[in-house]
Parts: sequence; structure tokens; C-alpha cells
Amino acid sequence: MAEITTLHYLVVAAALFVLGVIGVLTRRNVVIILMSIELILNAVNLNLVAFSRMWGNLHGQLFAIFIVVDAAAEAAVGLGILIAFFRNKETVNVDEIDLLKW
Amino acid sequence: MNPAMAMAMTLNATDNSGMAPVATPWFFYSLAALAVISGVLVITRRNAVHSALALIVTLLSVAGLYLMLYAPFVAGVQIIVYAGGIMVLFLFVIMLVNIDRSSKERRFNRIWPVGLTASCALLALFVSAIVKGKDLFVDRMIPLPEGSNTQEIATALYGEVVKTSQYPKGQYMMGQYTFAFEIASLLLLVAILGAVIMTKKKI
Repeated sequence: MAEITTLHYLVVAAALFVLGVIGVLTRRNVVIILMSIELILNAVNLNLVAFSRMWGNLHGQLFAIFIVVDAAAEAAVGLGILIAFFRNKETVNVDEIDLLKW
Repeated sequence: MNPAMAMAMTLNATDNSGMAPVATPWFFYSLAALAVISGVLVITRRNAVHSALALIVTLLSVAGLYLMLYAPFVAGVQIIVYAGGIMVLFLFVIMLVNIDRSSKERRFNRIWPVGLTASCALLALFVSAIVKGKDLFVDRMIPLPEGSNTQEIATALYGEVVKTSQYPKGQYMMGQYTFAFEIASLLLLVAILGAVIMTKKKI
């Protein structure tokens, strides 16, 4: 079996990214949409670490750690907004969040 | 030392090491299959708790892929912060907002064919980019230096922890990325305050 190259990791990351985009665009539950965003961020992290490995330095790994920090902040704020919303409207479905819709 | 010189030094230092792969290709394929299959489960399960558990499996397999890429520090951060922190947050919120109603109504929104079509277009874009650009990546995998373990990578990223490191000490997090590091701490502070203010009933 052939050696695993950067391309293999790129294919896995592309698959995870597309799965995350499908989740964001088709699901109704906001919690699962936030989880799909985590999938997308993981795909990007995998790409960064694979390229870091390809070039033999640590810049990509450092950037991946920054993205993890960003994902933590995003999850905290997003879930906070979700709880505040659930307290007002008793729902977590995106298509029922339509107050600004004409 | 500027970054380009450091990179050139790293490349020269790694050219003759010739490190053997840490695991077989089968290991890679099984981890990748596990990640993708549980990713599919994340976006298709009706119950949000099942989705969260599948997402934990995905995160752990991606951590395994990081280990195969000689990035043990990122793998540790992935397990501790993602699987240990963020997913616990998700599970708590699912317990808080999970209502029986959501298990009976439909999973996907009304315009899901549009979203699926757009995602397929994105997939086609990725496939064409990978197929067209695959010559850029062949035979470029550079072996990292021997003994590039977690502690040495953490030392290179964060500063002086151990004396003997093959990477330049603290070149990254405490060198050229210090400003980004400080901004990240500010971002975390703002996120904490925002989450607390958002979830409080009365300020």
C-alpha cells in the first residue's frame, strides 16, 4: 500500500468540511448546526497540521491551536445566545427564528 | 533570526534523518473512515445527544490523525479542549434545551435540497482542486527531526521548558506570534463576559 502523503489528509479534511457544510445548511436544530461548525473547524485544523508536517515547521500547528481557542470562544458565545433565545421563544429550530423576516 | 532562515534551517536539519513512518497506512485509513462515518452520524441523527457522542468520536479520530502527523501537542489540545471542554459544554446545553418536541418533528429544514445542492457544488470544487493540484503535494512530505516529542514542541511553541530542544526555543508563541497570543487571551476574556451576560436573566 502506498505511503500516506499530504494529499490523503487533504481528502479527509475536504470530506469533513463538506459534511459540516451540509449540516449547517440542512439541519434545523441550532445545537447540531454549532456542532457542524466544529466539524468545519476540525477540517481546517487537519489541513493546517498536514501542511505544517509537509513543510517541516510548526507554524501550522500554532495556527491550529489558535483556531481551537477561537472554536472554544465561538461555542461559548453561540451556546449562550442559544440559551437566551430558548428562554424567550421555547424553541431551538432555526426556521422558527424569523422575527426579522418580512 | 527571521522566519525564512529558521525554516531553511529546519529543512536542512530534517533532510537526512529519514524517520520511519509511525504507523501503517491501514491505521490512517481506519482513522479517516471512523472520522468520516461519525461525521455523517453527527449530521443525520435525530437525537442531539447521539450527534454529540458521534462528534466526540470524530474529534478523537482527528486527534489520532494529528498523532500520525507528528503533532502530539495539537492532539493533546484537541482531546483536552475539544473532547473534554467544548463537548461537555455542548452536552450541558443539550440537557438544558432538549425538549421532547424536537424528537418528533422533522430533522431537516424546508430548503434542504438547496443546501444539499450547494454542498455538492462545494464538493465538486474540492475534488477538482485536489485532482488538478495534486502534483503540488507529491513527495513533499518532509521527515521531522528525531525525538520531536510533545515537550519539545511545547517548548518551541511556548518558551523555555526544557533545555534540549531541536526547535528554536519559544520562537513561535513567545516570538513572532506574541501579539496574536495576547489577542487570543483578549478574545477569550470577551467570550467569557459575553457568554455570562447572554445567559443571565437580569444583568
